[in-house]
Amino acid sequence: MGALQSLPGQPQYADLAEKTGFSYDQIGVLHKRFNQLSHNEETLRRDHFNDIPDLACNPIRSQIIEAFFDRRNFRQNGEGTVDEIGFEQFLVVMSHFKPPSLHITDDQREKIRKEKLRFIFNMHDTDNDGTITLEEYRHVVEELLSLSETLEKNTAKSIADAAMLEVASISMGHMEPDEFYEGITFEHFLKVSTQKTTLKYYIE
Amino acid sequence: MVLLFLEVSVRPLGVACSQDTNHNNNHHQDQHSGNATHVKKAFPVLSLDYHHIKAPFEVSLWVLLASLMKLVPAARQLPVTSGGLTEHQPGKPGEDTALNCLGEKPSVSGFHLVPRLSGIVPESCLLITVGLLVGGLIKLAGEDVPPVLDSRLFFLCLLPPIILDAGYFLPIRPFMENLGTILMFAVVGTLWNAFFIGGLLYAVCQIQPANPSILHQLELLPCLLFGSIVSAVDPVAVLAVFEEIHINELLHILVFGESLLNDAVTVVLYHLFEEYSGVGTVTVMDGFLGIISFLVVACGGVLVGALYGILAAFTSRFTSHTRVIEPLFVFVYSYMAYLSAEMFHLSGIMALIACGAVMRPYVEANISHKSHTTIKYFLKMWSSVSETLIFIFLGVATVDGKHAWNWTFVTVTVVLCLVARVMGVVGLTFVINKFRIVKLTTKDQFIVAYGGLRGAIAFSLGFLLDERVFPLRGMFLTAIITVIFFTVFVQGMTIKPLVELLAVKKKQEAKRSINEEIHTQFLDHLLTGIEDICGHYGHHHWKDKLNRFNKKYVKKCLIAGERSKEPQLIAFYHKMEMKQAIELVESGGGIKLPSALPSTVSMQNIQPKKPPPPKPVERALPQLPKGREEEIRKILRSNLQRTRQRLRSYNRHTLVADPYEDGLGDLLIKKQKMIELEKKIKDMNNYLTVPAAASDSPTMRRARLASDPQAYNMKQQSDSVPTIQVDLASPQSPDSVNLMDEFRQAKQQQQEDDEQGLMMKPPSGPHKPGEAGEPREQKLMRCLSDPGPSADEEEDEPFLP
Repeated sequence: MGALQSLPGQPQYADLAEKTGFSYDQIGVLHKRFNQLSHNEETLRRDHFNDIPDLACNPIRSQIIEAFFDRRNFRQNGEGTVDEIGFEQFLVVMSHFKPPSLHITDDQREKIRKEKLRFIFNMHDTDNDGTITLEEYRHVVEELLSLSETLEKNTAKSIADAAMLEVASISMGHMEPDEFYEGITFEHFLKVSTQKTTLKYYIE
Repeated sequence: MVLLFLEVSVRPLGVACSQDTNHNNNHHQDQHSGNATHVKKAFPVLSLDYHHIKAPFEVSLWVLLASLMKLVPAARQLPVTSGGLTEHQPGKPGEDTALNCLGEKPSVSGFHLVPRLSGIVPESCLLITVGLLVGGLIKLAGEDVPPVLDSRLFFLCLLPPIILDAGYFLPIRPFMENLGTILMFAVVGTLWNAFFIGGLLYAVCQIQPANPSILHQLELLPCLLFGSIVSAVDPVAVLAVFEEIHINELLHILVFGESLLNDAVTVVLYHLFEEYSGVGTVTVMDGFLGIISFLVVACGGVLVGALYGILAAFTSRFTSHTRVIEPLFVFVYSYMAYLSAEMFHLSGIMALIACGAVMRPYVEANISHKSHTTIKYFLKMWSSVSETLIFIFLGVATVDGKHAWNWTFVTVTVVLCLVARVMGVVGLTFVINKFRIVKLTTKDQFIVAYGGLRGAIAFSLGFLLDERVFPLRGMFLTAIITVIFFTVFVQGMTIKPLVELLAVKKKQEAKRSINEEIHTQFLDHLLTGIEDICGHYGHHHWKDKLNRFNKKYVKKCLIAGERSKEPQLIAFYHKMEMKQAIELVESGGGIKLPSALPSTVSMQNIQPKKPPPPKPVERALPQLPKGREEEIRKILRSNLQRTRQRLRSYNRHTLVADPYEDGLGDLLIKKQKMIELEKKIKDMNNYLTVPAAASDSPTMRRARLASDPQAYNMKQQSDSVPTIQVDLASPQSPDSVNLMDEFRQAKQQQQEDDEQGLMMKPPSGPHKPGEAGEPREQKLMRCLSDPGPSADEEEDEPFLP
């Protein structure tokens, strides 16, 4: 395993490696980065993320940062948000983006895929009610367009509407005119995602 | 005096004409002058002068032949036994022959004894056969077979359209994502092939122990040259065959990308070996220079192409007033890129690809819709004819030409080609898979290996060889042709059943849905963000940087007007809406459009039930995106969603029909359908109404917004806005459905554009007396949260009865 700077001790790394699937080297690198971001403190807070220059140009910056502080992503079935995270939670969140190892079974692959999609779902579903409502979806589109100079709020809304309609059409099939479509649940999200070819580059 | 007059008039003619006609004219001149003094012949009322038009006439004949060949597959559908190419469908006695004509390709059923030819034989094979026939005919007639596959003609006229078509419509995203793999296959794979084939051929040629054959004359360098010529995968052949088998995007882009990019390698190797074949030795220095040359050729080609692409994009920025010549700029700049690259012996193909790929996003943002269609049509047409001609000429050139058949050489070549390809692909995949996220499976590898077809480029390169330096040129050509025939016929024919057999993933209908676009962008930003947090400069990071650079500087330069600031998502959305709108109009109410998943979900289902808290009135900024799109979008979206349409798959082969081109017959049918549709709507008590246009124009004017129409000027660049009144027309008014008329009228009247085009403040004026004064029609736009001052008040109560 690489020769790294002062580590909290191998046993802790072993534990983390097992939990997240990263190798020791990778954990070492990420730890260095964690320390860099948090200015060598024990925990990371939201304003630490604001120091990253490149992130400032990212339109969905705030959502990404929120994802780090979202308990749902800590794999402990928690809910709500925290204000600061330790290295372990940082690592757990990052592990969502690890490419899967070569030799895993189909079941495991499916599980990992679901997890990754869940991550994205959580990012959209900000109030954590299990569905992405129209408002939340609109918010997503607005964020995506937030850095552009044109202020077409209504176009953003109509885009979100059209997209929502499409998901509804795909998942619900038939609805009476006075029925109401609550929002995109995780199942619907999965269903729609199977058809998205671009997602496969992220997931596989 | 007559003499003088004749001389004066004929002389300039003689100067201007070609050699042939010059002779004729002089001849005439002499004749006339002779006649003037001797015998006066009768004035020739009708005379035949073939030489005058010989060259263009022959060219046209060939093109005509190629085009007619394209019609044959359609004609083959007719149940006419013509030359045994078609068979009747037994077993279905009552079948209407007209149905057969509708172009449905019948599948091979158990009843058929001989399946239809078009099902199993790819078009390229048939074309080569036709070429063989034609060549044979010409030879039988005793004439000289024209050297049709002349290398200059091929490289300068026949090849560029195909490559430009491929480059302009290259799907950039998959190409870039797999660029590493493609480059590996193209560069390393071709090098491996060339050296393997060349080297082993030399070895085989040398092993003839007892009887010295001409093969012993073959040096190493000519062998290597031959190897490099025959090892290059040919884009034309690949396109022709892969087009018909519809495999998934990844494999398609891998093989096709490889065939395009290996041109640089081929050019370098060819020139290198050709240069030194005369001398006989190659030193390490030469090898080193060869490598540098490769980099220069490849990168130089791309740079030249990109340069011309940027020039074209820049030029297109200023063409808003002369729309007619816009396509010309695209074609001319691309062709000049190709020629410039060829001038420096750089890779012309790569230049053309780079040019097309670079200029496309900017040019498409600038040019009008009609120019876009024109470019599409022309490129398709030229590349189609070109491809057909190439295959026919291959056949003709086979008949002609001195062949030197040598069993050993030819068979060894064919075998080696196959073996080298398989070994190359397997070996490279092994290495590549270590770096890829989506691994290539064995099936993929097989298809990639099997899809390595050789084609006319190899033949033309062989044709270019100098006879004096390469005494065995004839043998080379024969071998090349054999390899080409083998790959095109055998591999081309069997690849389709093999694809079926191996159950390779087929091409999914690209849905290009708005969801996908949103999520693609979201993911891109997400992954970039994560990379930034990690501090790791991965390829998302650089892609993002490039995008930002593009948005900030490049787009401002190259795109005219406001579109330069339009974010990609919005541009995509508009494009989609336009397509839907045109499709809807085209199909007269859209009832017929097939949708894979019919659903009755409509806009009202997803709107929140409770009214959102009253917001302060948001004045939409008076910013005008393409006005026409806004118009059509609003009305038609309502109709679209209600009638459960799905986006037709975006296929670069389908061209959107021009709504203005419909004939009168269609008009009436549409009218009828619209009337039925409205009946249905009335019953459904739905608030989304059909866009039924009233026929009189004052209606339309009144239909416009409360806000002052004069405040907004229509953009010059687009066609006039068809403002359509959205009104629940009474079914009995026959004119209420005349959408087409509306468009025409709108066109003539140069309607002004409004952002809020169709918000219905009470438009129902005196012209619609029958309306039960219900502001139902005004609620149309309600659910579509679209701008408009009036929209705000209505927005508060979405679905009031």
